[in-house]
Amino acid sequence: MTSGAAPATSSGQRTRGYLRAVGAVLWKDLAAELRSRELLSAMLVFALLVILVFNFALELDLATRQTVTSGVLWVTFAFAGTLGLNRSMAVERDRGCLDGLLLAPVDRSALYFGKALGNLAFMLIIEAIILPVYSLLYNVNLFLPGLLGVVLLGSIGYAAVGTLLSSMAVQARTRDVLLPILLFPVVLPVLIPAVKATNAVLLGLEAAELWPWLNLLIAYDVIFTAAAFMLFDFVVEE
Amino acid sequence: MGDVQRVFYFHVASGWVGALAFLVAAVSGGIYLARGKRRWDAVGLASVEIGLAFTLANLISGSVWARPIWNTWWTWDPRLVTASVMELVYVAYLLLRQGIEDPDRRARFGAVYAIVGFLSVPLTFLSIRIFRTIHPVVVGNNDPTAQGTFDMTPPMLQTFFVSLAVFTLLYGVLLWHRVRMQSLAETVEERKLKLLSA
Repeated sequence: MTSGAAPATSSGQRTRGYLRAVGAVLWKDLAAELRSRELLSAMLVFALLVILVFNFALELDLATRQTVTSGVLWVTFAFAGTLGLNRSMAVERDRGCLDGLLLAPVDRSALYFGKALGNLAFMLIIEAIILPVYSLLYNVNLFLPGLLGVVLLGSIGYAAVGTLLSSMAVQARTRDVLLPILLFPVVLPVLIPAVKATNAVLLGLEAAELWPWLNLLIAYDVIFTAAAFMLFDFVVEE
Repeated sequence: MGDVQRVFYFHVASGWVGALAFLVAAVSGGIYLARGKRRWDAVGLASVEIGLAFTLANLISGSVWARPIWNTWWTWDPRLVTASVMELVYVAYLLLRQGIEDPDRRARFGAVYAIVGFLSVPLTFLSIRIFRTIHPVVVGNNDPTAQGTFDMTPPMLQTFFVSLAVFTLLYGVLLWHRVRMQSLAETVEERKLKLLSA
């Protein structure tokens, strides 16, 4: 890496190797989940429960639904996401899997991106199930392209900062209670614009109302991904 | 506005020190991660503790002012919410540190969280530009929907700058004493270990 003899080919090879490492970590998580299905089923049942509890707590009649749908959806995603993040990192730690991953001769940030993409994939799967179920139960059409875009952007930011914080939380003594406390205040700059943008899409507001929120959301996606990319090394260092 | 306006000098100055303290914590976190000197971790921790105290003073003095002006102690205004979220970020910082025994790891995680947490602080300042807010913006241009705003006369401006300077100085002194206390505590710990092992 220190010599610059053939920078063009070596940098191309390095990029390919890096992407392969990211893909390998991602594939490991997906394959393990495909066989056990313990994470997705827990997240899914939990998410459905949250929606049903909201129904009792908020009396989701037609008038209320108009204004609170975006909030209910994002709180559900955030709670289910926390469950998934905690579990996906706890698995690595419990069975000494993290040490094995750290021994692999790849850049540490490749591990981060692999885990983050895995967490993002789980969140998106849950959302892909929750959105139609919510539409069906409450008779709201949630299949608007703008809404799906907002959900994707929000999940990216959530998974980006959540993966970093959950890898810290699992190494602490109070790990089970720590993740939500660490995550929720920090992820608010993602959640607030996500809720507001979802609301704007659902109420059919014009683009001028929507764009400030989308800009904020995209900005924080980039900020959190970049910060986690730079800081992950220090979190897993032994 | 009368006497209640005088809260302003304490309110803004402690808010400023709170933000400054969290900035210092993030910067010293960055330096700690780059250099690995324990002293920077002590600076970060001290700064967070001081920042928490001043942000709390900021929130409480704001409530005292809001009671006669907005006719309520608390309102769910974006500016107020983001300030209290900022406070919670750093309470979480202390909880994170409490949950880790290994001092090196504690310092590393503290530094990482101070940096990530600080990224949520800019939202406090952005929020007054993006959201429509009830909170007056005395420094910089004003939102017409804000309530309880006023223009500063020259004597008010002078008092305001004096209060800013004094609070900043107070922050520096507190930080110095807190870091010194930390290093003394570490010395005590080392000597205790040496005595016990001898």
